[in-house]
Amino acid sequence: MSTLTLSGITKSFADNDILKGIDLQAHEGEFIALVGPSGCGKSTLLRIVAGLEQATTGSVRVAGREVTALAPAERNVAMVFQSYALYPHLTAGQNIAVPLAMRQLSRLGRLPLIGALAPGQKAIRREIQAKVREMARSLMIEHLIDRKPGQMSGGQRQRVALARAMVRRPALFLMDEPLSNLDAHLRVHARTEIVDLHRRAGVPTLYVTHDQAEALSMADRVAVMIGGRLLQLAPPQQIYADPRHIEVARFIGQPRINSLASRVTEEGMVRFGPAALSPAAALRAGTAVTLAIRPEHLRVLPRQTGVETGGLPGQVERLEFLGSEVIVSVRLDGMGETLLAKLAPAEAARLATGQPVGLLPEADHLLVFDVAGHRIDAMPVLAQLRENAHG
Amino acid sequence: MTALQLAPITPGRALRFCVLVLTAALFLAPYLFMISTAGKAQSEIFTSSLSLIPSEPHFLENFAKAFSRVSMPLLLWNGVIVCGLILAIQVVIAVPCAYALAKLKFPAARLMMALIMLGLLVPIHATALPIYVAFDRMALLNSYMALVAPFSISVFGIFLFLQFFRSLPDDLIHAARLDGMSELGVVMRVVVPNAWPAITAFSIFSVVAHWNDLYWPLIVVSNQAYATPPLGLLFFRAAEAGDDYGALMAATLIITLPLLAAFLLAQKRFVEGITMTGLKG
Repeated sequence: MSTLTLSGITKSFADNDILKGIDLQAHEGEFIALVGPSGCGKSTLLRIVAGLEQATTGSVRVAGREVTALAPAERNVAMVFQSYALYPHLTAGQNIAVPLAMRQLSRLGRLPLIGALAPGQKAIRREIQAKVREMARSLMIEHLIDRKPGQMSGGQRQRVALARAMVRRPALFLMDEPLSNLDAHLRVHARTEIVDLHRRAGVPTLYVTHDQAEALSMADRVAVMIGGRLLQLAPPQQIYADPRHIEVARFIGQPRINSLASRVTEEGMVRFGPAALSPAAALRAGTAVTLAIRPEHLRVLPRQTGVETGGLPGQVERLEFLGSEVIVSVRLDGMGETLLAKLAPAEAARLATGQPVGLLPEADHLLVFDVAGHRIDAMPVLAQLRENAHG
Repeated sequence: MTALQLAPITPGRALRFCVLVLTAALFLAPYLFMISTAGKAQSEIFTSSLSLIPSEPHFLENFAKAFSRVSMPLLLWNGVIVCGLILAIQVVIAVPCAYALAKLKFPAARLMMALIMLGLLVPIHATALPIYVAFDRMALLNSYMALVAPFSISVFGIFLFLQFFRSLPDDLIHAARLDGMSELGVVMRVVVPNAWPAITAFSIFSVVAHWNDLYWPLIVVSNQAYATPPLGLLFFRAAEAGDDYGALMAATLIITLPLLAAFLLAQKRFVEGITMTGLKG
């Protein structure tokens, strides 16, 4: 059974379309990261799932139940906000207890002072206290339970916010960039912690982030949203290696993927230096396409060897040393385009700025996209050609 | 520590202090003069010489006169009832209104905003006559109702809370809704507990205004039993004191003391509230 189903979600403000038809299905216990540049509508989508905003059209189902028309409280979803949104006037313990108190205590029982006298409420209160303590213990924030949010650090507040969201065992977890207010060191630590918590609780999670590293490292599946559309929803490895849209390829990966405008040749192939690809569906000669290749799949050779093997001639423009790798910018002769290659430091040691080189792509990793940005499946034919030549 | 942090007194600082002290003295002067007069005998008040310290203190006599000739407890009680009711109703109405305007989206929001601004522009003096006539027709003159009802909706209060609520993060409201609170629950459990500085600031404005108000009570109350403190003083002066300024000042002193005490108690929150609402007076 699917735990979250979004179908045909659109959202417009005046004549501004924020979301243009989003379909998404999450499986049992799945962690889905919703990633995209700022303004792509990912936070709006999350708020629509939470019920804090109404979709213009489309429907939301949580745990098999239609919730499109329900108020946020009735949807049984919990959310962690970017600002944590803890109640400043309550202690950590009271903050964590709020969702339980609102659901389990009667209207009368929730009143301060008198509430304790209402029949049967005392036992429930005790039960809530026990749950709060247990939650606090599992997140290691027991020592904070009597502190107010103002007296806590960012990391501590984030844990309290997680505890408040998890304590009532919702059908779905929503997280809106919960790590973006933490410093870099803490953020990497908190990533693994959230993933662990998610494994233990087993509650399906929709996690919004603009940080691709967060999305790739944490999620079971990554949903890339750009310009109000969900362009691809796939496991991290597939998103990276097999992007279905040029925007996905460009957004994911650091440094950015190289792209070059090209045309289909007379033989119906797409060529890049020595590599040639044959599209799965025949394309007319002259059709404009975009070629893309990740920096780690470009080899930089000294000019002579490089060009002899059919590589594209160019000049080293810049070398950026990043510790475990070196980013080399190569300006292609004649075309004026600059491509990036990612090399191991040992390989880059023999390169210098201004040096003429030859660029050699790994044909297996060349991606072809049509003018609209959609992926064209294509097979490399280089090996085949060579075999034919030799045979 | 604090002694170490004091800056040395330069001529510039000294000058600034002088200006501040003089201005403060100017504002305090009438009040000091009132205290001084409350301690003077009738004969001393009308001498040509002006002294701040009474030659013979007559405080006891003047206060005794004030208490015996005016029913001070009744005046103070009326003041407490009227100001308390006005404040309570104003807050109960203004807080949800301001919340709705600040945080909810509804079609008439802009219109309501415009009406509130309009309401801020219309003084009570403009509406006094129609309200008076209406109360007269309804036989409501000389009642607490007449004193309280016209002030039950404070556009100023709505405006002040609105400014404050706008600064509350939206996520806080969203979190409360997800946690299962109704809109009223959000107001009671999240907005109000975080709005105390604004509520305190508004309370001071409201209580000071209505405790000291003479205009409206003078219009709707002619019966001593419903007189608020300033109106009671007026009756007292007109009826019996005549020119007994010593007793009159003693009575005035008595009715200003509760306000003074309340302000001193709430001073810290008041200043906090004014700073946070960005309102300067």
